Amino acid sequence: MPITVESLAHIYMPDSPFKSVALNDVSFNIDDGEYIGLIGHTGSGKSTLIQHLNGLLKPSSGRVVIDGIDLANTKGQALKDVRRNVGLVFQYPEHQLFEETVYRDISFGPKNYGLSQSEIDERVAKAMALVGLDFDKYKDRSPFEISGGQRRRVAIAGVLAINPKVLILDEPTAGLDPKGKNEILTQISELHKNSNITIILVSHNMDEIARLADRIIVMDKGTIALIGTPAQIYAEADKLEHMGLGIPQITKVVNLLRQKGLKLPQDVYTIQSARDLIFELLGGRGNA
Amino acid sequence: MESLIEFQNVFFEYVNHAAERIIALDGISFNISQGEFVAVIGHNGSGKSTLAKLINALLKPSEGVVRVKGIDTQDSSRLWDIRRTAGMVFQNPDNQMVSTMVEEDVAFGPENLGVEPKVIRLRVNQALETVGMRDYARHAPHFLSGGQKQRVAIAGILAMKPEIIVLDEPTAMLDPIGRQEVLSTIKRLNKEEKITVVYITHFMEEAVEADRVLVMENGKIVIEGTPRQVFSKVDELKNMSLDVPQATELAHELRIAGLNIPQGILTAEELAGVLCP
Amino acid sequence: MLKDITLGQYFPGESQIHKLDPRYKIIITFLFVAAVFSVRNYAGYVFAFVYIAIASVLSGVSVKYLAGNLKPLYFIIVLTFIINSFFTRGETVIFTLWGLVFTREGLDQGIFMILRIVFLVLGTSLLTLTTSPISLTDGMEHLLRPLKRLGFPAHEISMMTTIALRFIPTLIEETDKIMKAQMARGADFESGNIFVRAKALVPLLVPLFISAFRRADELAMAMESRCYRGGDQRTRMNSLKAHKRDVIAILITILMMVLVFAVGRYF
Repeated sequence: MPITVESLAHIYMPDSPFKSVALNDVSFNIDDGEYIGLIGHTGSGKSTLIQHLNGLLKPSSGRVVIDGIDLANTKGQALKDVRRNVGLVFQYPEHQLFEETVYRDISFGPKNYGLSQSEIDERVAKAMALVGLDFDKYKDRSPFEISGGQRRRVAIAGVLAINPKVLILDEPTAGLDPKGKNEILTQISELHKNSNITIILVSHNMDEIARLADRIIVMDKGTIALIGTPAQIYAEADKLEHMGLGIPQITKVVNLLRQKGLKLPQDVYTIQSARDLIFELLGGRGNA
Repeated sequence: MESLIEFQNVFFEYVNHAAERIIALDGISFNISQGEFVAVIGHNGSGKSTLAKLINALLKPSEGVVRVKGIDTQDSSRLWDIRRTAGMVFQNPDNQMVSTMVEEDVAFGPENLGVEPKVIRLRVNQALETVGMRDYARHAPHFLSGGQKQRVAIAGILAMKPEIIVLDEPTAMLDPIGRQEVLSTIKRLNKEEKITVVYITHFMEEAVEADRVLVMENGKIVIEGTPRQVFSKVDELKNMSLDVPQATELAHELRIAGLNIPQGILTAEELAGVLCP
Repeated sequence: MLKDITLGQYFPGESQIHKLDPRYKIIITFLFVAAVFSVRNYAGYVFAFVYIAIASVLSGVSVKYLAGNLKPLYFIIVLTFIINSFFTRGETVIFTLWGLVFTREGLDQGIFMILRIVFLVLGTSLLTLTTSPISLTDGMEHLLRPLKRLGFPAHEISMMTTIALRFIPTLIEETDKIMKAQMARGADFESGNIFVRAKALVPLLVPLFISAFRRADELAMAMESRCYRGGDQRTRMNSLKAHKRDVIAILITILMMVLVFAVGRYF
């Protein structure tokens, strides 16, 4: 289900004194099964962009084409079908929970798409397993009596239950503590590995994206500033710092060492690889 | 130095909606002196938020004593003195603002204290100046960024002339720029205005800026010390599912691999300096 | 979509009308409404028209905005005209339609009534267009203060209104967000009959209510932390002060009322 975006522009409130250009001439492609990191500050346009990918917003100009269908003219049932294939998890998704039990909330999506009761059962069970929630333990609990982290997982399961081919997550780790962040990111990684689903992870945290993404899109003031593999992106450390995005701390360490003359490669962003490379260079001497 | 905040063997228990008794604080004791910048870290459920709310008497201890500037927080006749002395900034930037205009919101605190209108005006101007939001005085809060809203919240506390500011995860809902704004504002207030700061966070790169760090787990303080002392205990912290600054972890890994690297590395610059003097 | 609610919206400006003390503006609006109700003949409307025209021009509010405030009421205006024209007893018949008689007197009455509605809306619109919500609330609180002695919670109502106004844009944004989140799961808020659509609102209203309660809880904690304990002994940074222009405005309004009344009585 390839995604193609061509010269996409979006202007909020075009005829009023509050007009603002959120997106300007944005173009990119996403292939099946990719893990894309979308990074940028508040106001860079990333939240607006993802709402175009499932038709919640229509372009002011330009095109969004999903699996060959131009979204600009899609309405009604056709639009609903697009949303079945492109799942969107908003920020703080636990704020959208409303049902009496976890089971019923997760089944909201499948029910809207007219699935049979047995299909719904299956979907809910599968979705809960994917987010690491024990089916029997949680299915009858009220979503309002479980912890914040668990509520978030219920919300994500609610989107997974519609079986999307593309999963977009807007800052899924926002507001979580380090343990919670790690758990969610690990689960998303597993999901990507096991079901070949296309993932678009929106974040403003370089460290999160560095470890996991195949490709990174960097947005700045409504346009794409950089696009490429993590290695390519982190090579542009100056540009990133200038945009206030920074680079992973590990990469910073390695860059500083490189400045001092150590021959280290540019694309280091995990602690393990940094350790191995540095030790190789300095270990023989026993001390720096 | 006399202690500004004292916790003596404090316990806090409550009953949750499933009718279970939860022990949020399990006998903690510590002191904070005037002018200190203390960071409290721990994962969700460790008791750090409860600790914050006990300082300004939003919560009262089930057992033990909490004293602010010598006043027992259970003394209901001195409640407003305590809250004037220890101001609090919360996590959600939106849910702290009461007014449709920034300067009116900052005036809310002093108005509650019955301060004279002319003096309120002076305090509001000064507070907004201190946090760098003077130009936004007549703006509506709705259009501000998260970082700006939190700075207005801090101004609102400053206008009450507190001696202590307690911040309960003030940057959890902000982007990196907002986090920077808030942290640098707080650091400045601590260094220049000598305001005592109690800063609850789970961002380790913020905790390294403090004078002292308290690590909480299961309602107890398990590690205490300067940032260098605390963060060198990499394995202990990792076992509690807490993070350490990446440079610290890398230093730790290199040390294990055999390189001779001193304890207490906190930043990329320090590590680079040690590896390549 | 939801963000385009314009009825009652404030149109910022620095005109003399904008600068009038809100307490006086509220009283003036009441007086204007009373005048409009007491008009007996077209001559009276002439004075009302001159008055409101001068005020509108002075305020600098665009005609588009003023007309925009009338738009939602087109239906009511037409309905009023029809009811009054067809159901007023009269002698000079103009035409009949399906057994209903349209008389000259009916036409007169119809026009009279819609003029009344138009003037009422224009008068109150001018108030809301030139007075920011916070000023309106302040003005109302001051006017209601004497009632405090009778136990009327003037401060509490004012505080509640201020907080409500503060959170309206925030809640609108949240509604939008929840709607989109549910739409992303296949929710449909647009198709179906009224019952289907009402039921479809549950996934929108429940989260919204829960969120509102959570906000209220957090806000209360924040307010208490800032030593809020009700209205007693609270001071206000900004206080209202009357100026010459407020007195002049009231006098002109009273003059207009007298003229309207006189012309209705004696002509």
